Amino acid sequence: MIEFSDVTLTYPDGSNRVTAVNQVSLTAVAGTVTCITGPSGSGKSSLLALGATLIQPDSGRILINGTDAGGLSTKDASALRREQVGIVFQQANLLPSLTALEQLTVMNELGTQGARARRPAAGRRATEILATVGLADQAHKRPHQLSGGQRQRINIARALMNRPSILLVDEPTSSLDQERGSQIIDIVLDLTASEGTSTLLVTHDTSHFARMERVVEMMDGRLVDTHARAARSAKSDET
Amino acid sequence: MFVALRDLRFARGRFALISSVIVLITILVGFLSGLAGGLAWQNVSGILALPFDKMVLAASDNGAATDFSSSSITQKQADTWAEAEGVTSATPVGITTSRAESESGEAAITIVGYGASPNQELSPEATVADIPRSIVLSTGAADALDAQIGDTVTIAGFKLLVSAVGDDWWYSHTPVAYTSLADWQDIAATQREGTIFATGVAVTGSPQWDQVASNTHTTAKGQLASLTAIPAFASEVGSLGMMIAMLFSISALVIGAFFTVWTIQRSGDIAILKALGAATRTLMKDALGQAGVVLATGVAVGVAAVIGVGAIVPAALPFLVSPLTTALPAALLVILGLAGAAVGVRSVTSVNPLSALGGAR
Ligand SMILES: Nc1ncnc2c1ncn2[C@@H]1O[C@H](COP(=O)(O)OP(=O)(O)OP(=O)(O)O)[C@@H](O)[C@H]1O
Ligand SMILES: [Mg+2]
Repeated sequence: MIEFSDVTLTYPDGSNRVTAVNQVSLTAVAGTVTCITGPSGSGKSSLLALGATLIQPDSGRILINGTDAGGLSTKDASALRREQVGIVFQQANLLPSLTALEQLTVMNELGTQGARARRPAAGRRATEILATVGLADQAHKRPHQLSGGQRQRINIARALMNRPSILLVDEPTSSLDQERGSQIIDIVLDLTASEGTSTLLVTHDTSHFARMERVVEMMDGRLVDTHARAARSAKSDET
Repeated sequence: MFVALRDLRFARGRFALISSVIVLITILVGFLSGLAGGLAWQNVSGILALPFDKMVLAASDNGAATDFSSSSITQKQADTWAEAEGVTSATPVGITTSRAESESGEAAITIVGYGASPNQELSPEATVADIPRSIVLSTGAADALDAQIGDTVTIAGFKLLVSAVGDDWWYSHTPVAYTSLADWQDIAATQREGTIFATGVAVTGSPQWDQVASNTHTTAKGQLASLTAIPAFASEVGSLGMMIAMLFSISALVIGAFFTVWTIQRSGDIAILKALGAATRTLMKDALGQAGVVLATGVAVGVAAVIGVGAIVPAALPFLVSPLTTALPAALLVILGLAGAAVGVRSVTSVNPLSALGGAR
């Protein structure tokens, strides 16, 4: 579970400061997707960066499974990221020298110790999750041999590799066409359910909203409109 | 080194390029070291062959050390050293370079007179040389004079019987021959005025070195320090040493520059890894490990080439292949290279993981 309470973030801007996130309170519980939308520059990515402990808030509190992310040292923050937070980048951000499978197993190698002992388990997990995103037969290809949609699926699989409880997804469909984008959103929704992550999903694309349980909108750094949607009941209506 | 090794494989061309630069630098350093070692060997091996803890030479008027060519020791000085408390042995040594003739050849050789006063242990070669009017030739001297055991060699009018051919001894780029001190004194007397006893004293034991030295107006130097008393040795080794030092710093700079550029180039990847939760220590280890692999490979190939060439180099070229001229420079290259790389990969720490996040730039 991730919990923002009254979080404000400003960036230096010459001699002034620009407010990117303004007194935002938001809670995402396990197994749900919270969709964040809003115009460009409204602070969506900044909110995710806060949740990922990549940047510290000016004020307010961010709790990640009960841990206050605010006061963490760089070292503790990267450990927290490694173990509890999965990040899906806007661009796939794969490493050019690694195969699809290695993009996932590298997640086991980021800490300071114990990587060797965990390798067999990491290998199994990587194979399994690569199959889940439908890329079992692409395991040994490098990023330049993969399509944009395939790269984005590896991006998602990598974020889930270390079984994080928080999944942060920043505009995963912006470089894809409608159909591929839709598939990616489906994967995020399915994996959120099966892995039980608290997922924050940033997207502009209104066509996906229908499938979301909850959509919140940001405007000039503020959360302006929070409405929960009974997606599950909507689904059951259809049947 | 998960990512580092895969980067090496993926960016093969780039790493092959830097590795071959390291190979070439290693070869250059190896050659210079081998040459410096070879030249030094041709300068000093005749002195190093003598058993001594410290070499006593005459002090100049202002108390400074003199070199082998100008030092002159009196019998009294030598006796004082021999009788000093703590001295195990004190053997007078004479060193003179002179023309030598045999039936079939003629060459400049350095005659080292060694030995011969009561109660003194003699080295095996000196024992042989102690037979009056006999001489022990080094292999170099035997070659130059085309002389063998039993032949007669003429030096400064004295006829000396070749009693043995020893090892590869040199002094100041001339092959060495050992005689008894008495014979050496005869030869030296034809070259300098006045009575000449010896050039220095080879002392073993543990006396009060400084005290005895000042009492006798002499200086006592250890094995390595005594080599600087060989004329031209210091300047020769110094200039080659300076070239080697330059090469060392060039290689550190080149490697530092390469890894600086390489780290900057992959700062995007580093930001991604950091955003995914990579510990900075892990990333540093990865980057330094990569530099280590590149360096070790390049240096190993370079050293192999040097040893290979050392094996086929003509005997006339002074070229010494020993751990001192191969393993030591290789280790130094790796250490300096890693230092250079460490400066290069230091920027890993300053990469902001935030930059990996699409929008937040
Ligand atoms: N590193 C930074 N330094 C200074 N200002 C920044 C920085 N990152 C973002 N900003 C500013 O903060 C505000 C919010 O930016 P943010 O990237 O969070 O918006 P966004 O909602 O993700 O936009 P988009 O939809 O275009 O990705 C913007 O005004 C932006 O200019
Ligand atoms: Mg953004």
